[in-house]
Amino acid sequence: MTTIISAKDVHLSYGDYEALHGINLNFQEKELTALIGPSGCGKSTFLRCLNRMNDDIENIKITGEIKFDKQDIYSSKMDLVELRKEVGMVFQQPAPFPFSVYDNVAYGLKIAGVKDKELIDQRVEESLKQAAIWKETKDNLKRNAQAFSGGQQQRICIARALAVRPKVVLLDEPTSALDPISSSEIEETLMDLKHKYTFIMVTHNLQQAGRISDQTAFLMNGDLIEAGPTEEMFIAPKKQITSDYLNGRFG
Amino acid sequence: MDAKKRDKLATIIIYILVGIVVLILAGIVGNILISGIPHLSWHFLTSEASSYQAGGGVRDQLFNSLYLLILTTIISLPIALGAAIYLAEYAKDNWITNLIRTTIQILSSLPSIVVGLFGYLLFVVQFGLGFSIISGALALTFFNLPILTSNIEEAIKGVPQEQREAGLALGLSNWKTIRGIVLPAALPGILTGIILSAGRIFGEAAALIYTAGQSGSTINYADWNPLSPTSPLNVMRPAETLAVHIWKVNTEGIIPDATIVSAATSALLVIVVIVFNLGARYLGNKLYRKLTAAK
Repeated sequence: MTTIISAKDVHLSYGDYEALHGINLNFQEKELTALIGPSGCGKSTFLRCLNRMNDDIENIKITGEIKFDKQDIYSSKMDLVELRKEVGMVFQQPAPFPFSVYDNVAYGLKIAGVKDKELIDQRVEESLKQAAIWKETKDNLKRNAQAFSGGQQQRICIARALAVRPKVVLLDEPTSALDPISSSEIEETLMDLKHKYTFIMVTHNLQQAGRISDQTAFLMNGDLIEAGPTEEMFIAPKKQITSDYLNGRFG
Repeated sequence: MDAKKRDKLATIIIYILVGIVVLILAGIVGNILISGIPHLSWHFLTSEASSYQAGGGVRDQLFNSLYLLILTTIISLPIALGAAIYLAEYAKDNWITNLIRTTIQILSSLPSIVVGLFGYLLFVVQFGLGFSIISGALALTFFNLPILTSNIEEAIKGVPQEQREAGLALGLSNWKTIRGIVLPAALPGILTGIILSAGRIFGEAAALIYTAGQSGSTINYADWNPLSPTSPLNVMRPAETLAVHIWKVNTEGIIPDATIVSAATSALLVIVVIVFNLGARYLGNKLYRKLTAAK
């Protein structure tokens, strides 16, 4: 197993308020890691550090080191466009652009300067297939992506993130805005894909984390409490507080 | 009174209030159209206004109104768009931004006659542009900018934050996200903003009386060289618009058919605004579809 992203002593503060108090965590290639913890524990904030989505927030200060593929992503030499091509992201609210399905999925490629129409066509089809939304969209590629249902929109967004062939996809509560059926469809999609991509997923849904993740990291109040293989942690957590959280005693 | 009855009463009151609004609007527009349309004729649209006799038309006024509208939009749209993008996307929440917003709000409630007199002093006198279309267009730009800016700003702010984040997460720069995603998404709202302000420009009289002037010059519609003094496109010629024409025939006009002319002109004004609205909406939809379709 190879580590693809490693975080070392990551502190993050907004003004005087410190939201992350030194997180040390490694992510393995081609695995699905779930970040769990009560609301406000910093799991989304931490996730957004991994592709530098927090950069534009005012008064933010991030220290420590995050390495992706052995490069320090916060170094001044890091090309943000390149980083985000390798580390894609899917959000809680399905946010397709107000364009056609085809243009949504092709957008990242076009931005990256791909001109070859055949390659784009092929990637769009492949990505939509990978995201398990090809059947519903293949005859409607020119239809506005926002005209689809929430679950379908979210899978279009997954296809959009996959189209540039990232190594890592960050998922910020990807199913929490969806109905149970759409959620389980997304879960299946992720299960099918996790041998090809590295997924890091924030979720509120412990059952979901238990069902589909290989590794789990439990955060609370800005600290990493425990991390390890999901099965081990769910069956025999090392710390009492993890056990309490997993058994629904708080959170 | 129980909750059910109160709910019913509230509903009835709301319906009555809506009814009053609709009645007033329909009454005004209906009255203008009913009293004006019978006097609209091809002759009225295609002949010059007359100074003394009955039977004059509004050919030049109609052209001037449209021309001023287009010029004003060309001048004010880029400025308003830039300002709105700044305010919606870049401006930090601090006292300078608040000052800009407050200024815009004050400017948008400025009486148009004040804008007109200011335009008279600055463009007509100080810059020596005289009573001219360009003076009028500049005054109307002042009049139009605040509202257009806040309309566009609202439209841009209406685009969900998730769309911006999704753009950034795909590796787009801030500007590319704005240009490629936010602006197309905001386009319908931006167009509505332009249409709303265009209606105001088209019907504006007070700001133009002292800037574009109240008299027409001789226009030769065969001459499309913008530098020629008789060309309709010449921006240095004085130009009376439809709204100013209505004001003039009713205050100092000596034509015997002043009532008929102003009724017909009013109806024409309303009709053009309606046509413009529908047309812009149609164009907007088409443009939106084109921008968002597969390339």
